[in-house]
Amino acid sequence: MSFVRIIRAGVFAAAALAAAGAQAADITGAGATFPYPIYSKWADAYKKETGAGLNYQSIGSGAGIKQIQAKTVVFGATDAPLKGDQLAKDGLVQWPQVMGSLVAVVNLEGVKPGELVLDGQTLGDIYLGKIKTWDDAAIKKLNPSVKLPSAAIAVVRRSDGSGTTFLWTNYLSKVNAEWKAKAGEGTAVEWPVGVGAKGNEGVAGNVAQTKNAIGYVEYAYAKQNKLTYTGLVNAAGKVVQPTVAAFQAAAANADWSKEPGYRVILTNQPGEASWPITGATFILMHKQPADKAAAAEALKFFAWAFEKGDKMAEELDYIPMPDAVVKQIKATWEKDIATK
Amino acid sequence: MTMAATLAPQREEAMDRAGALGAFRRSDAIFYWLTRIAALTVLGILGGIILSLVIGAWPAINEFGLGFLTTQRWAPQLEPTPVMGALGPIYGTLLTSFIAMLIAVPIGLGVAIFLTEFCPMSLRRPVALAIELLAGIPSIIYGMWGFFVLGPFLADTFQPFMIATFGQIPLIGAIFAGPPSQLSLFNASLVLAIMILPFITAISRDVFATVPPVLKEAAYGVGCTTWEVVRSVVIPYTSVGVVGGVMLALGRALGETMAVTFIIGNSFKITGSIFAPGTTISAAIASEFAESAGLHQSGLILLGLLLFVLTFAVLAAARLMLMRLELKQGK
Repeated sequence: MSFVRIIRAGVFAAAALAAAGAQAADITGAGATFPYPIYSKWADAYKKETGAGLNYQSIGSGAGIKQIQAKTVVFGATDAPLKGDQLAKDGLVQWPQVMGSLVAVVNLEGVKPGELVLDGQTLGDIYLGKIKTWDDAAIKKLNPSVKLPSAAIAVVRRSDGSGTTFLWTNYLSKVNAEWKAKAGEGTAVEWPVGVGAKGNEGVAGNVAQTKNAIGYVEYAYAKQNKLTYTGLVNAAGKVVQPTVAAFQAAAANADWSKEPGYRVILTNQPGEASWPITGATFILMHKQPADKAAAAEALKFFAWAFEKGDKMAEELDYIPMPDAVVKQIKATWEKDIATK
Repeated sequence: MTMAATLAPQREEAMDRAGALGAFRRSDAIFYWLTRIAALTVLGILGGIILSLVIGAWPAINEFGLGFLTTQRWAPQLEPTPVMGALGPIYGTLLTSFIAMLIAVPIGLGVAIFLTEFCPMSLRRPVALAIELLAGIPSIIYGMWGFFVLGPFLADTFQPFMIATFGQIPLIGAIFAGPPSQLSLFNASLVLAIMILPFITAISRDVFATVPPVLKEAAYGVGCTTWEVVRSVVIPYTSVGVVGGVMLALGRALGETMAVTFIIGNSFKITGSIFAPGTTISAAIASEFAESAGLHQSGLILLGLLLFVLTFAVLAAARLMLMRLELKQGK
């Protein structure tokens, strides 16, 4: 008898939960881990303002793409943008939501942040294992005034597949022909040398405690962990330091309108002030959403984020999209996404 | 009249007994089926796991075939078809588990023997408790310790010493070839050894305690030293249990994921040096699965299937050894 009662109570509880869940109707999204901090910050502020919640699962870009293709979420998020033909095939709309930058970080005794300067060719050769020691002629030539040890370079890279690695290898492929031929670009590649650490925090931690190490992390991690970042030579041949102004310069020089789905990868952008390793993170939604009301809610959230989220983004070292691009994106929503 | 009067209650009683027996039989049958279903569920789950692994791995099996086992190159990003080989992860899995066992088995048995033969009573419980607590520490804690404490120590102190001392000797030198690295196969092996130590110790201690005191006392009585008692009485008497504990530990070492992913360096290249970064099957899957798709993901699932087969083979080998031992002992 009591057994039946327990079951009955369970059924009621489940029904009550389901009803509560249906009432809340959070906007559901899944994908890239790189923008997770800012998406959750926006979601918090948005919920306070409007009462509508966002349920974003940072399960990785590849998984996010799969989820939106399977229509289990209202939007997907990816760091590596889909190509135009893929978007057309799946009936998806893609746009950049926010941008971020990578820096190269080193652990060299006596070298201060920004003191060491590297260029794309040299970085590629280091990651190829061709440049083996810090006092190599190529590094010396770029840094005549820096005292460099004759120690072996300990290369650190990501072990997990990630959008960060995609940006990094995309940059190296653009600036180092041999890298492009041997390793190429992707969220996980065939690394010629180095040890793999898990996550941005893993790479940051490993570089911080390994003498003569080099690694790459999102700018926020270098800042938080007080790592020694390097200056970089950009496409215009100028030495730039990782500053918000340099990140924004890279975004400003991009031509967003010519690629379908705003598929612009902001590495190695022209412009004298541009930081060379910058990238946007993208949102994917269906042109004909299964749940049109939910899609409208999601777009409301993204519009709000474009309007009121810039300051929050900058606080977390992300770069807001330029206003002109936001205008284009909103026009795309109007034109392509059926919300009624 | 009297006959009928006495028969009726008897019949009733007989009916009752039949009814009661029937009820017992029914409840026994229900119990039998419940336990049988429970047992079959386990088999069903096992079969389901194998089936879903095979289905998930099928595209990779088709593409790479047996070459998957012998290829060292791991280039999942290559267009149009990736190159993927499991040799690196298999090598890393076997090597780290081997070194871990090499360290943990003698120490674990030593601790167990000390606890049962030499240890004063007052110390026995605290030491045993401490070892069991070791088994309860989550593996991620071991990973962090290996990353922040053991890794730097090995790279700055131990590895340079080993490389300078043994690195020049031909043949053996290759095993200790430089440069030192914080994240390495050796670091992972050491952490694995610490992780499996409690299993070996706890189980060995328990089985050592099952040796009848009369046997040991008889051995001491004819003048055996403690070493001789342990070697000739305790170990032979308990060998089955000890081997079981060791195999359980090996199973954990083969499949350990989180701690190893943190500290092994995740490199698919085989260098032959234990101080170089490497990877294991479970570490490779944990690292790459989230951002994988298509053939890449299928390849990772195939790796999982390989680990399944590997662990299964180890356990089967252990069973076989145990059976042999039992036969030899005439049990």
